[in-house]
Amino acid sequence: MINTDALIIGAGPTGLFTAHQLKLIGLNCEVVDNLDKIGGQCIELYPDKPIYDIPAVPECTGKELTDNLINQLKPFDIKFHLSERVEQVKKINDYWNVKTNKGTEFQTPNIIIAGGVGSFEPRKFIPKECEKYENTSIFYSVKDKSIFKGKIVSIFGGGDSALDWAIELSKDAKVNLIHRRDEFRGAESTLKKVLELQKDGKINLYTKYQLKSVHGDNKLEAIDIIHDNKENINLKTDFVLGFFGLIMQLGPIANWGLNLDRKTISVDTERFETNQKGIYAVGDICNYPGKLKLILSGFHEGALAARACFKLARPDEKYRFEFTTTSTSLLKRLGKK
Amino acid sequence: MTKITYIEHNGKSHTIEVQNGLTVMEGAVQNDIPGIDADCGGSMACATCHVYVKEDWFNKIPSKTEGEDDMLDQAFEPKPNSRLSCQLIVSDDLNGLIVNLPEKQV
Repeated sequence: MINTDALIIGAGPTGLFTAHQLKLIGLNCEVVDNLDKIGGQCIELYPDKPIYDIPAVPECTGKELTDNLINQLKPFDIKFHLSERVEQVKKINDYWNVKTNKGTEFQTPNIIIAGGVGSFEPRKFIPKECEKYENTSIFYSVKDKSIFKGKIVSIFGGGDSALDWAIELSKDAKVNLIHRRDEFRGAESTLKKVLELQKDGKINLYTKYQLKSVHGDNKLEAIDIIHDNKENINLKTDFVLGFFGLIMQLGPIANWGLNLDRKTISVDTERFETNQKGIYAVGDICNYPGKLKLILSGFHEGALAARACFKLARPDEKYRFEFTTTSTSLLKRLGKK
Repeated sequence: MTKITYIEHNGKSHTIEVQNGLTVMEGAVQNDIPGIDADCGGSMACATCHVYVKEDWFNKIPSKTEGEDDMLDQAFEPKPNSRLSCQLIVSDDLNGLIVNLPEKQV
């Protein structure tokens, strides 16, 4: 069980700056994020796209913004729990008990949800019966490539993940690469390599095809794929891999008794608190009259939520407003003498 | 104002007037038409404003922008007449446009 003054859900720009604000005012915090890296949408969706409306930063990419925010956290010791998703939130006495899908457990008076538009999850195959084989014969990521050795693997998708795994697995497996159109969006060199492997008979390429159905009993045996022109092909296969990118889903947050408005959480604009005492929502996921989904708004919301956390984390102390330019205690926390 | 018809997956049809210059996605969101999520707010960074454009309209509207097909690869059940509605800008030329909404966006 980890005790912390505040738990932040989401390591995007808003979550990161909220962590900064908490540490600056003398509270400790930990951060959980479902992605395997820090940065949220900025890293996952637009690492290379320039952003022009961060105050005092005329232009920066999603990656640069993330790197700068991480840099700004350097004076502080903050534990990140990546590739973990918060599953359960329960009130026990005056504390929130929080559990992740990996079993990490927190006890905290404050939870700040900085979850953007929810957690990133892989987009899955449409035919319902695919669920039956998920994690045994059908995968959306590769954890142990040795299981594919000598087998037939059908890979779906048109991006770098699909192409890279097709190349890699073709070394010791029979690979079918299937994509819904005849253009791929991978790096040019990768695509060239795939076409070479196709010529050598190492990869069977099926374009303008999508998965129609899967067949087998306990074990997956074959799949049907269907062409744009409705033509059907039956392929024997041992494994199926799908790489269709990530989608954002609110996930378990929907079950925590919070007031939701579509996919957002209603908050007040003083503490950014939800209808549950000690649970706050900041950034794109929060909603109030006049809400702007801008990164700069998230920074403001996080700063106020952090102050609100102080009251519950240090009930016997009084929060004192200070500037980093002059306060010796703040400067000490920042590692400046 | 331009007339746009959105047909939900269950067949329910909504015909509304959308101001020129807005996108087909914005027209739906501002008029509370269910079935278009538009998680990223129109920056072509997700695929949750996915629509099917009626065949006779598909070839008449401006063609796909760069990167749109890449995003559509990540949509729910993309078809040859799939578009992202955030990339369809409403103008007089679109008067009478009919789009069908997929079963779901995510």
